[in-house]
Amino acid sequence: MSLKIDQDHGRFRQIVRGRIRQNLRKYISQGELVGRKGKDLVSIPIPQIDIPRFRFGDKQRGGVGQGEGNPGDPVSADDKHPGQGQAGSGEGEHILEVDVTLEELASILGEELELPDIQDKGKSKISNAHDRYSGIRRVGPESLRHFKRTYRQALRRMISSGTFRPDAPVVVPIPEDKRYRSWKTVTEPVANAVIIYMMDVSGSMGDEQKEIVRIESFWIDAWLTRQYKGLESRFIIHDAVAREVDRETFFHTRESGGTMISSAYKLCSQIIDNDYPPDEWNIYPFHFSDGDNWSMDDTLSCVEILKGQLLPRANMFAYGQVESPYGSGQFIKDLKEHFAQDDRVVLSEIRDKDAIVGSIKDFLGKGK
Amino acid sequence: MSKFALNTALPRYLRAEQERIEGIARGYGLDFFPVVFEILSYDQMNEIAAYSGFPSRYPHWRWGMEYEQLSKSYEYGLSKIYEMVINNNPSYAYLLEGNSLTDQKLVMAHVFAHVDFFKNNFCFRSTDLDQRGAIVDPVRRPERYDPDRRWIDKMANHGARISRHIERHGINKIEAFIDQCLSLENLIDPWAPFSGRPPPRNEEAEAEDEPSLDIYRLRAKSYMDDFINPEEVLEAQRKKRQEHKKPERRVPEQPERDVLKFLLDHAPLERWESDVLEVMREEAYYFTPQRQTKIMNEGWASYWHSKMLTEKVLDASEIIDYAENNAGVMATAPGRLNPYKLGVELYRDIEERWNKGQFGREWEECQDLDTKRSWDMRLGLGRQKIFQVRALYNDVTFIDEFLTPEFVIEHKIYTFGFSGRNDRYEIESREFKQVKEKLLFQLTNFGDPYIRVTDANHANRGELLLEHQHGGVDLRADYARETLAALVRVWKRPVGIATRLENKPVLLRYDGKEHSMTPFKQ
Repeated sequence: MSLKIDQDHGRFRQIVRGRIRQNLRKYISQGELVGRKGKDLVSIPIPQIDIPRFRFGDKQRGGVGQGEGNPGDPVSADDKHPGQGQAGSGEGEHILEVDVTLEELASILGEELELPDIQDKGKSKISNAHDRYSGIRRVGPESLRHFKRTYRQALRRMISSGTFRPDAPVVVPIPEDKRYRSWKTVTEPVANAVIIYMMDVSGSMGDEQKEIVRIESFWIDAWLTRQYKGLESRFIIHDAVAREVDRETFFHTRESGGTMISSAYKLCSQIIDNDYPPDEWNIYPFHFSDGDNWSMDDTLSCVEILKGQLLPRANMFAYGQVESPYGSGQFIKDLKEHFAQDDRVVLSEIRDKDAIVGSIKDFLGKGK
Repeated sequence: MSKFALNTALPRYLRAEQERIEGIARGYGLDFFPVVFEILSYDQMNEIAAYSGFPSRYPHWRWGMEYEQLSKSYEYGLSKIYEMVINNNPSYAYLLEGNSLTDQKLVMAHVFAHVDFFKNNFCFRSTDLDQRGAIVDPVRRPERYDPDRRWIDKMANHGARISRHIERHGINKIEAFIDQCLSLENLIDPWAPFSGRPPPRNEEAEAEDEPSLDIYRLRAKSYMDDFINPEEVLEAQRKKRQEHKKPERRVPEQPERDVLKFLLDHAPLERWESDVLEVMREEAYYFTPQRQTKIMNEGWASYWHSKMLTEKVLDASEIIDYAENNAGVMATAPGRLNPYKLGVELYRDIEERWNKGQFGREWEECQDLDTKRSWDMRLGLGRQKIFQVRALYNDVTFIDEFLTPEFVIEHKIYTFGFSGRNDRYEIESREFKQVKEKLLFQLTNFGDPYIRVTDANHANRGELLLEHQHGGVDLRADYARETLAALVRVWKRPVGIATRLENKPVLLRYDGKEHSMTPFKQ
């Protein structure tokens, strides 16, 4: 049933959307939304949208209550903002929780960062057929009978044949009046994409660095999910050796030891070989590390794998370098040296949480 | 008669209940407008509650916000709205579909008492549309009192008016202006309807009784004019006129609390702007009596639902369900004062005191606690007294007159405040004086500051000057700034407010671009 309030509710949602957009950078860098993600909805705390009026300042916070206790006792242990009842007038800062779908959040992100829509590589072979009710026809099963059209048809017939009596407006449809819904089968190509996240979990990557990776990948995930139906994510962690893990492990593992980046790239290439034929899939390898690699030799073999195996098959290759107190940060310089001319390689340095927004823009701003 | 597309009429068994409870209520002497009950599903209920009880209001986002919060807290099982009733003649009340029969009975009894209150409490006289707001003696009423309170229609008309403006000017423009008006919504004079002043709407042009400044000439042909209207006579006339001309009037002559009215009369508003502002003002006045009598009104309704249900309406099998629900309504939580609870207990206290004769000078002067405790003159005036109280008081006078030290002790009422040192709210006092003071402070002018317009031509620059009558508490500065901005939007010239901040008289001023704060003396 449609309610009158829907229109007002829509206006309110628009305002909320505006608020979220205004504060998006804050939400992103604090990472608080990541933890608030339900199945499809993200619940976002925004300050209550309030209408300012002349009113008293904070000094009169407090009020009158009823119950046990002596002067000096706390009014209640856990409630810092009492007095929201009718007679109390101590107004705390009210927080409004609004639920937003991930998809909407992603589109807000897109608007705010002015991210271009991604151009499909045009390799989608997989298509999906479904039925869409779009027309009317004269025959069909009774379960699809279009009542209104049928009625209208009968009414039209009766009026034109002069059998309709306005004082006794009974309309009786005959079989020729009946109208049925009809459908068309449409096939739509399905864009398929996979993100392969790789992260360095060697000793030098601390919790804060991982948090940054976590936040950033959350948003990249959200954006790409909006762009592609059927987005898959794969996760690789590596120190001196690489292995594939699930999402949970990816974000929470802490290893120690050396770093061989090439191991991850090899594994990534294998995954692509096995599961994602590049002519059907849009492939996004993302690699995050603190930029410390074991040896120059290994860096060179990374470059080789990139050139020979990953780049030809992927839409783009993204490397994010998180600054850490232990890392040398050499790797990004090496990549720059080798791929300065290649716009399929996107490099981004993420100094701290505030830099996440800029980095997301670096990665996704090209629309690849 | 349904206002909805769906059938919202009561099923037959509820109609029967309604008739029965209505009869019982009349038997107790309650006197109410006809009441129309409708039954709503929870989302209809939420919608109507978001529109504060009306099926149709002007479009605005905040109803949507309200709706979202209501539906969410319903869906999470945090709260549900049992009843809603609007001050309208006839009154409309809504029942929630799916509530138990006991609940519905409770709501009906509660509603009849509310409607009795709407009809009989003097504050609500200001919502009589046929009085046009000019009521000198709110207590005196015609013999068969049947006022025009068709506010449902009026609110719907407001909706249509605003929608027309939206069609012409676009939703963004109108909604932004409504937001500004809402910032000023509390700048009204709650007692204006009773001051006997002309009705709030002055569509009829004010009669121009000022003499025209043209000088009277006898008719004459032009070549005769100098003789028939000699220059000296004209000059004398001119002088006389000058003398008669009134001295420059100060606007407003008296400081004006009804800032909205003042803006309507004097601000350079476009047609649609003044129309919107007028709607906002009328609606603000409509809701004023309900804000003035929250404790009394809920207390009265609770008093009667409890009396009617336990004495006449319920049978033994329903009493536990009723008691559980009633306990929920009456529950108090730390740091909150439940108006239902406070109200009902005060009425009961008054009834008992007047039954026993615990009032008047003799009682006041009695110092002996023992005598006081067993004081019973068997006057039996209680019922009569509470009926009188419900007609003649509002929350402020109700608390002021009937809150007693004994009551405060018995009901464990305390004041609390924020302790900066411990970063928490703490109980401050259980002294009668403090409790009463704080309660009255919160209720007086709804806990809002007193603000008046004092000068429409401040500093001779056409700036609007308001004055905050500082009673010891400062204004909240960030809100004050934004409200000033809203005022500037309406007044279209700089606006200032004279107030005190941290014990210094200051002028907060906004000129459309910048906020300033300067020391202020007048």
